[in-house]
Amino acid sequence: MDLVANLSQGFAVALTWSTLLLAVSGCFAGTIIGSLPGLGPSNGVAILIPLAFSLGLDATEVLVLMTSVYYGAMYGGRISSILLNIPGDEPALMTTLDGYPMAKQGRASDALVLSGVSSFVGAFLATIGLMLLAPLLARVAYLFGPAEYFALYLLAFCTLGGLASRNQIKAALASAVGLGIAMIGLDNQTGLPRLTFGELALMDGVDFLVAIVGLFAVSEIFIFIESHGKDTAIGVKLEKITIPVKDIVNSGLTMLRGTLIGFVAGILPGAGASLGSFLAYMGEKTLAKDGDTFGTGNPKGVAAPEAGNNAAAGGALVPMLTLGVPGSGTTAVLLAVLLTLNITPGPLLFEERPEVVWGLIASLLIANIVLLVMNVPMVRLFVKVLSVPPYVLLPGIAMIAFGGIYSLSGSSHDLILMVIFGLVGYFCRKLGVPTVPIILGILLGNNMEDNLRRAMIISDGDWTYLFSSGISIGLWAAAIGGFVAPLFLRNLLKKPKAPSQ
Amino acid sequence: MKADRIFGLGVIVIATFYLYHATLIPMGFLSDPVGSRTFPYIIGGVSLLCGILICIFPDTITNWPELKVYGKIGIAILAMYLFAITLRPYGFIVPSAIVAVILSYLISPNIKKAVITGLSLSIGLFLILNYGLGLGLYAFG
Repeated sequence: MDLVANLSQGFAVALTWSTLLLAVSGCFAGTIIGSLPGLGPSNGVAILIPLAFSLGLDATEVLVLMTSVYYGAMYGGRISSILLNIPGDEPALMTTLDGYPMAKQGRASDALVLSGVSSFVGAFLATIGLMLLAPLLARVAYLFGPAEYFALYLLAFCTLGGLASRNQIKAALASAVGLGIAMIGLDNQTGLPRLTFGELALMDGVDFLVAIVGLFAVSEIFIFIESHGKDTAIGVKLEKITIPVKDIVNSGLTMLRGTLIGFVAGILPGAGASLGSFLAYMGEKTLAKDGDTFGTGNPKGVAAPEAGNNAAAGGALVPMLTLGVPGSGTTAVLLAVLLTLNITPGPLLFEERPEVVWGLIASLLIANIVLLVMNVPMVRLFVKVLSVPPYVLLPGIAMIAFGGIYSLSGSSHDLILMVIFGLVGYFCRKLGVPTVPIILGILLGNNMEDNLRRAMIISDGDWTYLFSSGISIGLWAAAIGGFVAPLFLRNLLKKPKAPSQ
Repeated sequence: MKADRIFGLGVIVIATFYLYHATLIPMGFLSDPVGSRTFPYIIGGVSLLCGILICIFPDTITNWPELKVYGKIGIAILAMYLFAITLRPYGFIVPSAIVAVILSYLISPNIKKAVITGLSLSIGLFLILNYGLGLGLYAFG
């Protein structure tokens, strides 16, 4: 009955007024961020990190706030997919396929309600899955030594690069860039400076918050300058909200299947929510009796990807919390939050800081209920927010990002570095170089090197030690497979085009 | 094609520079078997290899914006740079208003809307960030 005791401890942490308030405001901000085209969950969490830290909250509170934003953004992504045919974030792409045709048939509010309920089913069940699976995985993680951790980090880079990008070479380069940046600063073991080019400001290394906000948020501003912010929702109207009971009942099994597929996809390091929603949609298209009407406004085609991507969001938290290896871009940003709070994810987290883990899980369960209420009866409000024009939104984001980072460090040096990262992020997107591996490299670089060096100290410089246990051989094999296999599966994993306007 | 080749060459140059600097890393007197230089060498090596491979197998991407856009992005960067260095001496409100006007104008060229947006954003956000969230920014330096 460990679980019940743990969970009640979690609810004791999560059910205070201040934590509840944070969960509600996080969900609200997250849904807005998710629904705005161009602002995905990783952007949203990135912009809000500096603010969350300067609020002076404790570790659990920051985590509750940030994960509520994360879940909220996953819910919110569907709104602009359905109404505008523009995915609010990448995982919501699949929702456009049937969501927008439904909206064109005058069933926009049905689609919004149905997808809200599917999001709830996916995210809520995935949180329960997280609750059951994470402690088990944490126990397995005790078997991990430095050699295994090194292989695990490698696996994260390989699968992230292999699955999430179109070009393996560029993904590998992005990982190397991130790792290379992580090397800047003082050497953990000798205490001597490395690659600081004689700059005093680089002695502490590059702050990953600066890199994250630059790569995700500032680069977005440049993208909008280029596109003139064409993607707006001004003038979108919504009919009266009713609950489409028949559609919800009919899609019940669809939601459950989507949840299962999404959850498993989320657990795989690097695969994340986009793959979850993709597989859930494609799977349902094959399984459903009326699969041939997918793409023409079939409600099941809305339910499946939404359950899938929200379940994947929960699944992605499993490897992040138990092993310290994020399963997606946004969980990489959440890992940054943890590291800044001096919380090292991993098996010890479950032993030493149970109030953090279980408080987080309890507040995720609460956040889901809050989100269901916000996203079904109150969806009209978010549709209004969608019509904030980009020429107001983007400067606002820039000011929040600058103010937040400045209030953390008080140095204009960091702000300039952030702009440089923004420019790097812009060109990365133009050149098709994924930015998430860069972040992951900056976050994990020092740990990865430390584990390599520790392994070599144990083995006294014998490199074969890296492949000496069954677990590490398995991880190496998975890493190589995860990097190479997508080369051959590329055509299978190709995403269908969004329906035309 | 061409863009990727230039990019690949740039990567090669930077990777070589990185590798050279890695050879200058001071060694501790009691070093472990791996040492301070090995990991940077591996990273530099991987980047170098990627740079070469990008030159050999370039992507065909043709989503480059017109020259005008680069000018706009240049202006945005300059504005943000000035913001970064004036934030401390002049406080939040004036520099942020100026940058917000510029960014807003760059996204949607309408000077009246841009000025209104900039002013209301800078004052509104200052109030929210400072009194709502307690960030401790200075209004006028």
